[in-house]
Amino acid sequence: MYSNLSFIPILIQFVFVAGFIATMIAISHYVGPKRHSKNKDANFECGIKQYGNARIPFSVKYFLVAILFVLFDVEVIFLYPWAVNFRDFGVDGLWKMAMFMGLLLVGFFYVLKKGALEWE
Amino acid sequence: MAENIKMVEAPAGFSGEGFFATSLDKVVGLARSKSLWPLPFATSCCGIEFMATMAPHYDLARFGSERPSFSPRQADMLLVMGTIAKKMAPVLRQVYEQMAEPRWVISVGACACSGGVFDTYSVLQGIDKVIPVDVYVPGCPPRPEQILDGIMKLQELVKNEKMSRRDSPEYKALLATYGININ
Repeated sequence: MYSNLSFIPILIQFVFVAGFIATMIAISHYVGPKRHSKNKDANFECGIKQYGNARIPFSVKYFLVAILFVLFDVEVIFLYPWAVNFRDFGVDGLWKMAMFMGLLLVGFFYVLKKGALEWE
Repeated sequence: MAENIKMVEAPAGFSGEGFFATSLDKVVGLARSKSLWPLPFATSCCGIEFMATMAPHYDLARFGSERPSFSPRQADMLLVMGTIAKKMAPVLRQVYEQMAEPRWVISVGACACSGGVFDTYSVLQGIDKVIPVDVYVPGCPPRPEQILDGIMKLQELVKNEKMSRRDSPEYKALLATYGININ
């Protein structure tokens, strides 16, 4: 009934949308009026002078929390298809998933013992 | 059904069966005047009156000022409300210069218009010493109705402004008198 070819109109629609957006942005970039002056192009600092760089060093704890979240979130993503096909996988699937999560649990214990999640 | 409902008139143009032709200046002026996004530059008591104006009772949002922005890049009109000290003047000038064209300035209250009661060594005697002003709203502080009246006068100004005004040499000369050279 529905072959792969019947989804081509969606692809054409996507190309139209992307082309329209690109055209609008390009037209406004090339045709739009621009005004420049030294003060106008400076970053907006609520009217005061700009000092230094906005990129300053920050604590590594933010990075650690974010990266550990990404890792364990990927693990959770692997759990979702298993939840859908739980009965079909049976005991065999349970044992395989337990091995997978066991490996990641070892990593989790390492993180806890090293104190990577200590906030202070 | 009420009898005397005030209807907004269409701008002058040529209308026919299913179409209406007018000049672009009028349409753009109409659109701009009914959607002026304010940049509240509130320093003193007039800022409190402005808060009352934005509140539901007097409701500035029904005049098109639905989105007050504190970034000059996205604001149309700069509402200077309150006493501007001489130390604050370069800050005000920088904020005005960083606004995107077309931009208008309303000076709300006696202190912003002329220094008000504070004729001292530290108070700027009127913001039109540093930036060009379009509408002055007197009062100490002006009631919200007066602020709304000032904004409505600005709407008239915006509606009748030509689109080419910002490129005209007169406008450049006006900015040059304030030391703002934008090309």
